[in-house]
Amino acid sequence: MPEEKRIILKYADEPGYTRDIDCYLKHGGYEILKKAVKMEPDTIHKEVMDSGIRGRGGAGFPTGLKWKFLDRKSGKPIYLICNADESEPGTFKDKQVIYKDPHQLIEGMMISAFCIKAKQAFIYIRGEFFEGAKILEEAIEEARAKNFLGDNILGSGYSCDLVVHRGAGAYICGEETGLIESLEGKRPYPRIKPPYFPAVLGVYQCPTIVNNVETLCNVKHILDMGGAEYAKIGVPNNTGTRIWCVSGHVQKPGYYEFPCGKITMGEMINDVCGGLFPGRTLKAIIPGGSSAKVLRADERFQGKLKDGTEFDWSIWDIPLDFDSPMACGSMSGSGGIMVMDDTTDIVQALSNLNAFYAHESCGQCTPCREGVQWMRKVTKRMCNGDSREGDADLLLSIANQIEGRTVCAFGEAAAWPVQSFVKKFKDDFEAYSKKPVVSSECGDNQLV
Amino acid sequence: MELSPELIKKIDARVEKYPTKRSAVLPLLHMIQEELRYIPDEAIEWVAHRLELEPMQVYEVVTFYPMLKRTPMGKKHVRVCRTLACALRGSYQVCKAIQEELGVELDHTTEDGEYSLEFMECLASCGTAPVVMVNEEHYDNVDVEKAREICRGLKK
Ligand SMILES: Cc1cc2nc3c(=O)[nH]c(=O)nc-3n(C[C@H](O)[C@H](O)[C@H](O)COP(=O)(O)O)c2cc1C
Ligand code: SF4
Ligand code: FES
Repeated sequence: MPEEKRIILKYADEPGYTRDIDCYLKHGGYEILKKAVKMEPDTIHKEVMDSGIRGRGGAGFPTGLKWKFLDRKSGKPIYLICNADESEPGTFKDKQVIYKDPHQLIEGMMISAFCIKAKQAFIYIRGEFFEGAKILEEAIEEARAKNFLGDNILGSGYSCDLVVHRGAGAYICGEETGLIESLEGKRPYPRIKPPYFPAVLGVYQCPTIVNNVETLCNVKHILDMGGAEYAKIGVPNNTGTRIWCVSGHVQKPGYYEFPCGKITMGEMINDVCGGLFPGRTLKAIIPGGSSAKVLRADERFQGKLKDGTEFDWSIWDIPLDFDSPMACGSMSGSGGIMVMDDTTDIVQALSNLNAFYAHESCGQCTPCREGVQWMRKVTKRMCNGDSREGDADLLLSIANQIEGRTVCAFGEAAAWPVQSFVKKFKDDFEAYSKKPVVSSECGDNQLV
Repeated sequence: MELSPELIKKIDARVEKYPTKRSAVLPLLHMIQEELRYIPDEAIEWVAHRLELEPMQVYEVVTFYPMLKRTPMGKKHVRVCRTLACALRGSYQVCKAIQEELGVELDHTTEDGEYSLEFMECLASCGTAPVVMVNEEHYDNVDVEKAREICRGLKK
């Protein structure tokens, strides 16, 4: 069985490790920040570029490149925002850092802020993390008392404050421009790109970097070991470790940190997570948070990787990194692996997800606002026993008309589950018209 | 609407932290809701005045975010996650059990103002599904039995 390699979660679950600053300092905390503030920001940036790190928030965009796009000519202040909204269904990794090792995030953020010369930094945390926000605020005060943030950090002449900003239960605040609007005190309506690329026109119309919690923590370790050394972890173009969150029908769900590409889906599910429940077989896996396209248990994935090598994989063979799930027509997204065994009613599973997207659309663009409601209504009607011939095609047609026609990627996030569920499980959808009418008290998406 | 002097102090300190006053809308609404358990009309006016905004600019925020409430929530606000990972592990049954135990309907508050029950979307704890929150407290691996136990605890 492949070994876990815990970099980000090294101490999180260690017995006796506490989240206060004394414990963090005893474990070598803030040493890298001390080193960083004596360096040239450009040198730090080069290390981040060399590390090859890609963002852990969902899109996998190279972090060094994102930082390079910062508009420095405008002369406007620069802001750094940590995206701690963690609201993609199936994802629960950032929470581990926030609740168990908050200073790691703060150190990663202050190094990043110093590197991009940010005037101020924010942590945008989802509203349901009541305790998480308090933990971070306490940690910030501890760090301020020791001059790791605030005025003239460690005598470097660089000043930067860090503010925790709580959301209030809206998934769309995870989308970076929605987040920015929310932070400005408005409805979180995502902005259109171009021109509103955050690195050019972000919060307060100033250049802004938005990065995920796990990404920013990694910056600390990149600087610690050096970009080139970090790049040796994982596989080319997929460097470092990733924290995978496994949920659903496995014996040992949880979060597991592995070098990218060094573990397959099969090893993850069958070895690390203790396999499926006795007597069950696999039906489907969503590999990267609920927005990622579903993979069917008996699919074969064939094609060519970026480097030209051909592959022919079963679902179990897929290496867990950025590029492989993408090569299989899905994505590693936020790292949330949701497992469904043969007891799962696939139409109800989609209906459950449709209810999520219908609840969370911000309502700004018509195809998304109306489309997600239609898709929800269709699958709900099906689950309530009023399935009609052609429902599968109807669902596909709605999803296809959302995709690519919206302001933000939520449109795709809502369309992809529908497209993939319907295409890959067409028989399940068609069989539904023969099901008897049911009336369920709790609604339509209850699964069990 | 009376806000305590401590709250006013906290509000003043919070507004200071942002480059623009408007950024403080959400935090102020959170603070007020913590004290009053909802956002009344006067609070919208008050926040608008404090941050030099039009009441509409605060109202549109209040009506967008699911966690901001226009009517008082019960003293014990129970939230059950209903999204896929939790549903696969039985969260809808858990919700039913809670309705029975507490005599509260989904998306309602009991008349005596004791309990509110709500479905939530993924609470970022899918590995310990199903998950339930009571006020700010979080419970993992809540099966029907554990849900009933939690409810009995609330009634004491
Ligand atoms: C609908 C939607 C929801 C998102 N939710 C999150 C989220 O909860 N957390 C997150 O870090 N990124 C989320 N993202 C991605 C962000 O927009 C952004 O790309 C990311 O925070 C950038 O960080 P990274 O470069 O470190 O990955 C979401 C994107 C979309 C389209
Ligand atoms: S795609 Fe949906 S969520 Fe995104 S801006 Fe449009 S309506 Fe809002
Ligand atoms: S689905 Fe319930 S916590 Fe994620």
